[in-house]
Amino acid sequence: MARSALLGSSLAKKYWMALTGLFLSIFLIAHLAGNLQLLDMSPDGQLKFNEYAKFMTTFPLVKIVSYVLYASILFHAFDGILLAIQNRKARPVRYVHEKSSANRTWYSGQMALLGTLIMVFIVLHMKAFWYEMHWGELGMDSNGNKDLYTLVAVTFTQLWYVVVYVISMAVLAFHLLHGFSSAFQSLGANHPRYTPVIKSVGVFFAVIVPIFFALIPVWMFINA
Amino acid sequence: MGNMKLNLKIWRQKGPKDTGAMKTYPVNDVSEDMSFLEMLDVLNDNLVRKNEEPIAFDHDCREGICGSCSLFINGEPHGPGRGITTCQLHMRKFKDGDTIHVEPWRSAAFPVIKDLAVDRSAFDRIQAAGGFISVNTNGNLVDGNALPIPKVDADTAFDAATCIGCGACVATCPNGSAMLFVSAKVSQLSLLPQGRPEAKERVLNMVEQMDKEGFGNCSNTGACEVECPKGISLEHIARMNREYMVAGVTKK
Ligand code: SF4
Ligand code: FES
Repeated sequence: MARSALLGSSLAKKYWMALTGLFLSIFLIAHLAGNLQLLDMSPDGQLKFNEYAKFMTTFPLVKIVSYVLYASILFHAFDGILLAIQNRKARPVRYVHEKSSANRTWYSGQMALLGTLIMVFIVLHMKAFWYEMHWGELGMDSNGNKDLYTLVAVTFTQLWYVVVYVISMAVLAFHLLHGFSSAFQSLGANHPRYTPVIKSVGVFFAVIVPIFFALIPVWMFINA
Repeated sequence: MGNMKLNLKIWRQKGPKDTGAMKTYPVNDVSEDMSFLEMLDVLNDNLVRKNEEPIAFDHDCREGICGSCSLFINGEPHGPGRGITTCQLHMRKFKDGDTIHVEPWRSAAFPVIKDLAVDRSAFDRIQAAGGFISVNTNGNLVDGNALPIPKVDADTAFDAATCIGCGACVATCPNGSAMLFVSAKVSQLSLLPQGRPEAKERVLNMVEQMDKEGFGNCSNTGACEVECPKGISLEHIARMNREYMVAGVTKK
């Protein structure tokens, strides 16, 4: 039983959902910090960003962390799908008339849908940049580094791409708005003194991080 | 006499195997001083007089303490209003001419027996799996009052103990999860010294039974806490999450 308590049980699935979710949240901060360099659109900014991109794809420690990251994304998605299927089964006959707005936010009840949309975005996003950086035919900059910067800049001259990014970040915001503080509750961290703080930090995080992410394509589109 | 006219849309289902459907019933002469169950009594009285099958629904104490009454009224368990059961819901909450939807609790673990009555024995089995303490009954009982218990713990345990096992938490949860109920039963005992010796087995066994019964997984929407007639707090779910984690890691 101790085995299923930490792997198969309903609570175990929540723990893993929370742990991978919090890890992905930390990743978002690191990813954002690096990408904000893109806002510097001078030739110097281009060289610096390409240098950074090279470091991020070759430095061993970063590589190890990135494998943990890929695993976390897949696990979070897989676990989420499993939970969603089980939760559907838990109510085989649905209500004819249900007033969910009376007792919960709409996004807290739509985490699986929001998560699926984010997954679609991740695939699109990784195909556009991550795949090209690793296996695509990229030009070289004057320092001899792969010119990821130019690929990003060119990609974000397309309006539809920018729109998809901005919408995806709005989706991410709602996912985080529930997910961040929910993770703490799942791990048992609930205390009259700290829970209000966690909730406020969660709202701040869920709003600020996606806004800054969305700023990048918008900025590059405007200044192209 | 009453002066409200209502249009009721009620789930009718002949038995567990029947598919069931919503049926419309007009009711006249409803007084705003009636409870929701008394209004259904009036409707059933009319049905019996017309030689029709009365609507089956659960009820017992009719004063909010037994947990028998249920009903998903206008999209919410125990209807609109907070901190009340259906037997404490009064018709003054509604307006003349209103259409009211009445459905049974919907959960794979609460199969419909007939019409609005569901089988909530899954809760009993979860209780039997660990919701107790083992005490000697041979005369060597320890005086409970001799055990020092911090006031905050005693109060929190008492708050948890006010759960009446109605199942509204499951009914309203988008995931059909029973976490609020189970966590209340776990907290009530684990906060007190008498409950500590069996705390680890208790939480492991009760959660295992909860999963076996086919309840869904909590996603912290908080809907249960809003709808619970006894105001059971999400804080108990967090406590159960903690206890279960520690028990899962340390149990030999
Ligand atoms: S926790 Fe509240 S809603 Fe759930 S069974 Fe107990 S009293 Fe009813
Ligand atoms: S009939 Fe007992 S709580 Fe409603």
